[in-house]
Amino acid sequence: MLLAIVSLSALGAACGLILGLAARRFHVEAGALEGELAAMMPGTNCGQCGFPGCVGAAAALAAGDAAPTCCPPGGKALAEALAAKLGVALDASALGEPVPMVAGVREEICIGCTKCFKACPTDAVMGAVKQIHSVIREACTGCAKCEPSCPTGAIALTPVPVTLNTWVWPQPVAA
Amino acid sequence: MCSPTISPLVRVKRLLQRWGAHPEGHKRPSADTALAVLPLAPRLVLPLSQHIGAPARPVVAAGQRVLRGELLATAQGNISAPIHAPTSGVILGIGEAAVPHPSGLGGPAIVLEPDGADESVPLDECDPFTLDPAEIARRVAAAGIVGMGGATFPAAVKLALGQHQPIETLILNGGECEPYLSCDDRLMRDRPDSVIDGARIILRAIGGRRALIGVENNKPEAIAALRTAAAAFAEVQVVALPSRYPMGSEKQLITWLTGREVPAEGRSADIGVVVHNVGTASAIHRAIRYGEALTRRIVTVAGGAVRTPRNLEVRIGTPLSALIEFCGGLTTEPARLVMGGPMMGIAIGSLDIPVIKGSGGLLALTAAEVSDTAAAGPCIRCGACVGACPIGLMPLDMAALIRAGELKGAVAVGLKDCIGCGTCSYVCPSSIPLVQFFNHAKGELAARERARMKQAAIKELVEARSARLEREAREKAAAAARRKAERERAKAAAAAAAQAASAPGATSATPNVAREETPA
Repeated sequence: MLLAIVSLSALGAACGLILGLAARRFHVEAGALEGELAAMMPGTNCGQCGFPGCVGAAAALAAGDAAPTCCPPGGKALAEALAAKLGVALDASALGEPVPMVAGVREEICIGCTKCFKACPTDAVMGAVKQIHSVIREACTGCAKCEPSCPTGAIALTPVPVTLNTWVWPQPVAA
Repeated sequence: MCSPTISPLVRVKRLLQRWGAHPEGHKRPSADTALAVLPLAPRLVLPLSQHIGAPARPVVAAGQRVLRGELLATAQGNISAPIHAPTSGVILGIGEAAVPHPSGLGGPAIVLEPDGADESVPLDECDPFTLDPAEIARRVAAAGIVGMGGATFPAAVKLALGQHQPIETLILNGGECEPYLSCDDRLMRDRPDSVIDGARIILRAIGGRRALIGVENNKPEAIAALRTAAAAFAEVQVVALPSRYPMGSEKQLITWLTGREVPAEGRSADIGVVVHNVGTASAIHRAIRYGEALTRRIVTVAGGAVRTPRNLEVRIGTPLSALIEFCGGLTTEPARLVMGGPMMGIAIGSLDIPVIKGSGGLLALTAAEVSDTAAAGPCIRCGACVGACPIGLMPLDMAALIRAGELKGAVAVGLKDCIGCGTCSYVCPSSIPLVQFFNHAKGELAARERARMKQAAIKELVEARSARLEREAREKAAAAARRKAERERAKAAAAAAAQAASAPGATSATPNVAREETPA
């Protein structure tokens, strides 16, 4: 009887000690995941996800309040990476088929006020005071932050045109 | 078939290769008709993207007169090819035109109106065996030669490989395993010397030791012609291959002829082999010996709806309608128009599309020749596609993964090694468009990679911007602090001056100093 009590107590103490040490040794900072997620986001703080900037979205993702598909500029590639990071299944249908957008300046009504390029988080709008502005398409994420800043409505988003280099075979629908 | 370079082990290994399919050939009416030269079309359309890699950049302007062989568009980047004028004439413009592409989208092209004189730029004839290998590769690049079998990979890039790694064997691909097509057959029968000479020039460029020319045994006339032409050269051998699709695929040809396999996701140069099409060899012969740029090619016009199927030598840029017209027109309304072969070619919507460097055939197929792919059934897991796949992949598995959106899973089971030959779709009893799943997945993966690279670039921009904004704020604060310090200094000076003013002989200079400094 005594032998059983002593041996089980010793076993319990030893296991407790190991668990306690392991908890300290492998301690994970609470904010680590959030930081890693924030590093994966585009960082433009465009606000299309509805959270306060990319860090806010990362916090919501880490807390499970947002879906990995919440970032439209990131597209499918980012959604996949986020889902893999969070270890959740990606519901690709929630993403739908988002049409990638790009900003463009209607040169005939641009007054060269510089407001849009101050608003652009990626420096994709080029211009100077009283000069017609222009969008560098490669740098534009289609975040739409420039649209409300334009006093004449000269800057607007349009779908990225499909070219020979970006066209992809459609998935067959049959079977 | 019997050649000393093929070891008994390779022969035994061949018995184990059960892949492939045997589609009906349909080659004969056109292969046996003599080659004809198509007259100049009234207008030539030259797409800027006739090759794999970056599109060419135009170097001519509308209204400019050009001569045959003159450079119209120059190569851009490492993998690209220039485009030359197929005849003399006037550039009408550069703009969107219908181009051969599975999407049916238009693309940028140069439009040339021939003046009928067909005047050439002065040509530079030379003996290739006095040139050093790098110079051969340079001249081939300048002539705009790309893989003529349809892959359109810039040939010079493959020639330059010999300078980086040892390449012992050149394989010339005369397989032409696609049904209907006989343009390579016609070339080998009519101009065997140009093919053999091209092979010897390529051997010199890559520093190779032997050249094997593989020709399917359904082309006995071509094999005989090449053997006669190659008799004088010990390093060139002509080998007959069994007729089986896709024997003319690079990886299959290498395995069949050398017994070695190209490693997964690797290149043929990794095992010391480089493969060129016989048409490419002939074009290289013309470019090096006679200084001719690639401006014409042989095209097979065939299919049940064509009145007289035959092979034509055509200037690049000629609209397909001119080819059909020369062959006597169409007998019935075709069910499908195909550029290239029926297995890997692309369906095209109109005959306004021009011939490009990689167009080996134009098929006008009747309804009886086209299978109805709309009636695809469910997969019955018969495994026909697994046995047929020349690479040894599991097409049914890959397609199931792709349908479920598991692209990574599909890559893990070998999607990147798929050569897109379409044998699996051909043998599928349920008519499942398997190869379209793979093409879709490959395109989707490439699109995601592009998106990922764009994201990374944009992230850098965002970081650079926030760093700049921070720096500007810091500089502003520093400037404000400096101004404040100066103002205080000025104030102190003014106070000192005021004190001095109470003394006799003072000037009124101090307020001016203060005013000058404030707007700084």
